[in-house]
Formats: sequence, structure tokens, C-alpha cells
Amino acid sequence: MIRSDLAAIARWIPNGAKVLDLGCGDGQLLTYLQQAKQVSGYGIEIEPERVVASIRNGVNVLQMNLETGLSGFDDHSFDTVILSQTLQAMKQTEAILRDMLRVGHEGIVTFPNFGFWKNRLQVMTGTMPKSEAMPYEWYDTPNIHLCTLADFESLCQTIRAQVIERVVINPNGRRVNAFPNLMGSLAIYRIRA
Amino acid sequence: MKNSRSLGTVTPQRVHFDGPFQLISGARLEQFDLVYETYGRLNAARSNAILICHALSGTHHVAGTYQGDPHSTGWWDNMVGPGKPVDTDRFFVVGVNNLGGCNGSTGPSSADPATGRLFGARFPFVTVEDWVHAQARLADHLNIQRFAAVMGGSLGAMQALQWSLSYPARLGHAIVIAGAPNLSAQNIGFNEVARQAIITDPDFYGGDYYAHAVIPERGLRLARMLGHITYLSDDAMMEKFGRELLADKPRFSLEVEFEIESYLRYQGDKFAERFDANTYLIMTKALDYFDPAASTEGNLSIALAPAKAQFLVVSFTTDWRFSPARSHEIVKALLDNSLTVSYAEIESTQGHDAFLMENEYYFSVVGAYLERVAREVEA
Repeated sequence: MIRSDLAAIARWIPNGAKVLDLGCGDGQLLTYLQQAKQVSGYGIEIEPERVVASIRNGVNVLQMNLETGLSGFDDHSFDTVILSQTLQAMKQTEAILRDMLRVGHEGIVTFPNFGFWKNRLQVMTGTMPKSEAMPYEWYDTPNIHLCTLADFESLCQTIRAQVIERVVINPNGRRVNAFPNLMGSLAIYRIRA
Repeated sequence: MKNSRSLGTVTPQRVHFDGPFQLISGARLEQFDLVYETYGRLNAARSNAILICHALSGTHHVAGTYQGDPHSTGWWDNMVGPGKPVDTDRFFVVGVNNLGGCNGSTGPSSADPATGRLFGARFPFVTVEDWVHAQARLADHLNIQRFAAVMGGSLGAMQALQWSLSYPARLGHAIVIAGAPNLSAQNIGFNEVARQAIITDPDFYGGDYYAHAVIPERGLRLARMLGHITYLSDDAMMEKFGRELLADKPRFSLEVEFEIESYLRYQGDKFAERFDANTYLIMTKALDYFDPAASTEGNLSIALAPAKAQFLVVSFTTDWRFSPARSHEIVKALLDNSLTVSYAEIESTQGHDAFLMENEYYFSVVGAYLERVAREVEA
């Protein structure tokens, strides 16, 4: 995760908010948010090594399987639910988006933009894209549901999720304003039900 | 574990408490003893103490061995010791035999100071709350105002949870392993079968078998055999014993034939030799009674509101007596109170017994968590 990514997410989170980070990895984002925004943060993670890493990093981590949903959490029990670079690796894409907007007042979703020009170029030259944001070989990738900005926004319409704000950044971490679906490598959406 | 060693020789200690000790049942003890062990060194700030609470059949002898008895290894020796997840090079660890026990603390097999006779059936029922209050007396005696952590598995997990409610300011962390917020009807059912096995043993004599110089051995054996079946998973038993016969072929007799029969009888015999039947009855009743949400109309979130500690909750995938779902209930109630909590669900085939077994992931979780606690208390 790059710094501008963290900063963009932090901007949308009020001080002291109760935050749930779905797929929290080693807890980097929550560590950042605890320092920058004094959030009361919880992460969900399934991989044992990452659970241990989160614990080591002083992050509240709950070992659970996101694919089975967030049924253990009450409606609106969090201010913000974050799905950072996890959406593309989920089987139950639609279900988790609906569930995060049930559990949180707001959701933040980040994902690598498959429409980024370098990805398009690689497909045009006849190979599956590989980049810093998507470093995997096509036959060995956790990313099973890659999408573009346009695809994600159309899914938001389908599930009646409202996009409040959107930030798109390029590989240098700079904000992209013109032709975001072509020029941006990472998308960060702020959504609500 | 890296560079982990055994504690070596340890020595139990005893403390006597005078003055009335009010029990939840309404009964009162005029005095009582607790036996305990300590490992490691209490730091100058007295901030690095960890209390280990034992489960149904556990004792104060958590780790190390006794002088001259190399087979007397403590029940959680794999977890507690120098360089182990509960690192005695950094923490001062306290193990205590609970009130009502049969390993030295005052219990049914102790003499009643009022009469000079053994308590037997006259020993009052004790609860998890009573144990926690007695443990707090021990903490006072050791001049420990606040534990860095209180930790336990199974019934021990219930004590760790109760500590966070009875003495919210006296612990930094509660480590709740293979626990539950209360027993299910099925669990109480198992306990009742075990108790009936003991009570209906002709050698039970209404709990006063000491006077007859016998013990309800058959009942204790049955109770333990049943317990062992429920502590393991179906898979673990199949893996360990399968359908193996001791002989080459069936003998069409009621003698021990299958490996599992042999194992259960051995465990039953061993237990009947070392454990007091009245203590077993009292401890299983304490399990049954534990239910912090009983006073909040079943709402665990409200029941846990007094807690201030930080929590580590751990469950095991094949534990069906204290299943992961029961730990989820605890985690949810802690979340509802915006408390600090981490939760790990350990993949294991060992059933409820998994909390006593070495497992790389399990030990990494506890080790990483306590590493943080150690930094916090500058141990």
C-alpha cells in the first residue's frame, strides 16, 4: 500500500471513528488510522500469518472468513467499513459490498483499476497485465474479480450504493483528474447505502 | 519455540486467609488456604504478573517439575516457561489451585476447622466468581495490585472473563482460550451424566466416603471417560485410535478390545487415583452456574459493559464442547462495548483438548500478543 492511498482513506474518516477494515493484512492501514485519526479500529483477516502480524503490530484483528459475510455484526455498528484492495480477491463481491453498507454508515472501497492504460496496453499486445498494483501471474493470482472504474460504478448502481466521493491515483501516488479510468492505477471510493 | 527451555524445578507454596469469605451461594468460609506456584521474577514496578487460571481438572502446578520427580511436569508446561509464549524470563507467572480443589487448597477433602472433620459433602458450592475473589486475595498477598494479564483455557477462560467483570481495574489483558459465555444445555447434560456416575456409585456415601476409607472410583472413572470423549473430536479419535484392536481379531468378550477402550479406561483409572470426587462435582457445578448474562436478561453485551481490559479470544475449529461460535458471542459482546479485542480461530483436529496442545499458529498468536503486553509493562 502506498502512502497517498492511506492518506486519501484517512481524509474520509472522522477523528475517533469506529472502523472495520475487511482484509486488514498485517494491519498497516489500521495502524496508520490509529495514529492519524485515533480511530477505534478492528480488522478482519483469514490468513494465520497475517493475523499474527496484526497482533504483533498492535492492531485488533478478528480471524473470520469474509466470504461468509458479516452476519456477526449488527446494522450500523461501525462508522466506516473499509475494503482496501480486497474486493478483487473476493468470490462474494456483491454480497460483501451490500453487507459492508449494512454494518457501516459509510464504506470505503479501494481496488486496482483494470482500465489503467498500461493494463490495456498489455492486453493489446496480447498478454495479461502485470504491474506493481497487480504483481501476479494470471495462473497464480488471488485476484479473481478485477474491474475498471466504470465496472465498479455500474455495480454500485445495481446494488443501489451511492458514490459520495472518488479519488483516483496513478502509480506515482498523484491524484488523477483527467480520464481517470485510463490514467488511474488505483481507485478509492467512498460509498453509502 | 525458539530457545525455549523448561523451568526446571518448581516448588508449591501455601497461603492461609483468616476472616469470613462470603460465597455467592450464601455460604461462608471462616478461613481457607490456597496453594500456588510462581515462576519468573516480579519486576520493581510489580507490573509484569500473569495469573493462569486452571480448568476443570487442573492445578496450581502449571509448569516445571518437582524435585526428584521428572514425570511431574506441569499441565501447561509447553505454554509457560523461559522463551515460551508465556515467557517466564519476562513475566512473573502465578498458578493457583482453586477453592474447592483437591491439590492443597481448601476443598471437600480438607478438614473443616470448626469440627476437625473432613468437609466432604458439607463443603459449600463455589462459583467462578468466588474463585476470582479468592484469587484476588492471593494477588493482595503477593502485593500485586494489577495483573498484566489473566489467562486460562476452558473453565480457566471463564475465570479470565470474570476477572474483567469483577476487578476491571486489576488486569490489563484477559486471554480467553477455548471459552464460552456460559454452558449450553448439552454441556450441562454431559456434566450431569458425569455427576450421576459419581453420586450413584455405592462407594460415594453421600459425599462422605472418606470416613469409609473408600473412593467412588467407578463413578470417577466413568465421569472422566465421558469427559475425554467430549474433549476430543471424532476425527482426532479416529486418527489416534481408529478401529484398532489390541489383539489380531475380535475375541467376542467384554474385555478391553479396541484401542479407544484401552485409552479411556487408562485415563479413567489415572484420574480416579488423583482426583477427589467431591471436587469434581463442585467444579462441574461451577461450570454449569457460570453465566455473566444471567443478571442482564441474557444480554451478554450489557453483562460485559463493566470490562475495561483488552482481550485476546482464541478458539479451535474442532472444539465442539466450547465451539468457535461461543467465542464469537464473546467477541461480539466485546465489540458492542468498543473494547480492544483480537480473535484467532485455530485450525486443529484436537477438539477441546487443543488448548493444551502445542500448535505453531496457536503459540504464535499467544506469543505475539504477550510480546505486546510485555512491551506495555516494560517487562
